[in-house]
Amino acid sequence: MIGKTVAEKILSRVSLRAQGPLARDARAGDLVIVPISRVMVHDSVIDAVMAGMRELGKERVWDTSRVAVFVDHAAPAPTPVVADSHRTLREWVREQGIATFYDAGEGVCHQIMVEEGYCEPGTVIVGSDSHSNSYGAVGAFGAGMGATDIAVALALGRTWLRVPQSIKVTFSGRPRKGVTMKDAVMRVVREIGTDGARYACVEFHGAGNLPQGDRITLAGMTTEMGAKAGIVVGTPEAPDWLFPDPDAAYANEIRIDLTALEPQIAVPPRIDQVVDVSEAIGQPVDVVFLGSCTNGRLVDLRQAAAVLRGQRIAAHVRLEVVPASRRQFEDAMADGTLLALSAAGAVIGSSGCGPCLGRTGGVLAGHEVCLSTANRNYKGRMGSPDASIFIGSPYVAAVAALTGVIDDPRPYLEATDDEFAALVARRRADRPERGAASVRSGDRSRELLVAAARSGVAMEIDD
Amino acid sequence: MARAWVFGDDLDTDQIVPGRYAPFMVGQDRFYQYAFCDARPSFTKEVRPGDVLIGGENFGCGSSREYAVAALRKLGIGGIVAKSFARIFFRNCINLGIPVVESAEAVSLVRDGDPVTLDLAAGVLRTPNGVAVLRPLAPFAQELLNAGGVVSYLREHGDFPKVR
Ligand code: SF4
Repeated sequence: MIGKTVAEKILSRVSLRAQGPLARDARAGDLVIVPISRVMVHDSVIDAVMAGMRELGKERVWDTSRVAVFVDHAAPAPTPVVADSHRTLREWVREQGIATFYDAGEGVCHQIMVEEGYCEPGTVIVGSDSHSNSYGAVGAFGAGMGATDIAVALALGRTWLRVPQSIKVTFSGRPRKGVTMKDAVMRVVREIGTDGARYACVEFHGAGNLPQGDRITLAGMTTEMGAKAGIVVGTPEAPDWLFPDPDAAYANEIRIDLTALEPQIAVPPRIDQVVDVSEAIGQPVDVVFLGSCTNGRLVDLRQAAAVLRGQRIAAHVRLEVVPASRRQFEDAMADGTLLALSAAGAVIGSSGCGPCLGRTGGVLAGHEVCLSTANRNYKGRMGSPDASIFIGSPYVAAVAALTGVIDDPRPYLEATDDEFAALVARRRADRPERGAASVRSGDRSRELLVAAARSGVAMEIDD
Repeated sequence: MARAWVFGDDLDTDQIVPGRYAPFMVGQDRFYQYAFCDARPSFTKEVRPGDVLIGGENFGCGSSREYAVAALRKLGIGGIVAKSFARIFFRNCINLGIPVVESAEAVSLVRDGDPVTLDLAAGVLRTPNGVAVLRPLAPFAQELLNAGGVVSYLREHGDFPKVR
């Protein structure tokens, strides 16, 4: 008998533990009914979820301690209609007696689910958001579902799943300075396409020792491959049994040598239309979005600050920075990163999804071009259907904000101060006139940076 | 006889109902009137209950929004036949009681507007140009569909079907 993948191990284990007539040793293709260790619900689906529970004739969730509720997708409320829906959500949370409730400003659901420890490795978690795959960052089987599935999960504490086949992605080597795991995972999307992992679980090997944030980037991006789940193998959180057997069977295997990897750019309107950054150099941008569950953490913000070197961004560009959670926000505040970004001219938004899905916090106008660190670039995602969205790493985002065009971030990180100034000047001069230059209000950037340096805040940023 | 509405590969849920016409934006009684409003402006005027959607690979990809499927149910779509389906869309259809079946040849056999018969019992789609074979659904999904979706099934039986 051949060995099991991580997905098969998790689903076998939870299914057998559940007992009952449908308990089974699970193999790819089997249908299992599994207990859920947690259900994640967010603000933009609450009406449909409540309607589903009503139709089911269920008044109460099966276990209030296993439900986590977030206000993040359109938060703080941008319109009265959304505000009413948030109020409905809060009333529901109170009536149900759910304690795990994160209101507007606390952060993106997936970031909090992982960093606050709500994702038990080796269990099944379902979420009302498609990027619930993110929970595989700590070895949980996280799957996104629609409102009725979530209502059923809330009512019964169980769900049905077809055990997925798995795709094995192995990383080797270390990325060069200026290249990140965002680039690595975009390289995978480039390789297999938006439906290359449809119904499958993407198993990442060679990434278990990475910081948790990088692992969230990897697991969350499997949604863009059509995957049911994405799991990073060998993480510090995972129990001993949570490894695939050496003879497990995979539907596909992909190897990525990180040493040879260049920064990657997804070209609108497809996330699998990915090129090396060298092919996108000179593309003008109007807006840069640094944030989301994919790249809104302290490490991402620090990478951007490292590129900016205390300089002001190009006067024609808007930079929107949205930390993924309050913890990331406050860490970035404490170490001076947010000050550096604000001094550079960034607009800092409250933690949450921000403009990632085009509902609030700086949506795009028609014909505007955005460089975003998030995960989706299809037509209309961030506002106008006539806007276009390039996707890249925080390093690429920072260079785009600095110069107004897409460029390879690596030379900026290596340059002396003089070389740096020349690089910036050249690209700024290359940029066609568009938009209007903004004046910086209260321009005390130098004073602030000096004060920050004096107070011992590390402005020498080294990732 | 049902009319076939033929679409290509990678039909995403934004094309089925654009986000700006979500129920919480325009109301429960109106959102479905915007089905395919950008992609096929005449759709809601011409569609008849029982009509069948035909597609290529990865039908229903993109956002997990269930209201795309709710709109199709509201309009009485009799079923969807495609080469393959995106996973959340597939689940949403089974849950809301819309038959979703895979067929390799349907999309090349059928032209938009053709009269077709979706015969789930026989496992075929009858078209003017021949018969497309449908991949059988798992008994579990079939049970949910027979009941009209997961909600009515659970209301009746109190638990998931005991078949795989
Ligand atoms: S940050 Fe963007 S991708 Fe992540 S959960 Fe929010 S809307 Fe979805």
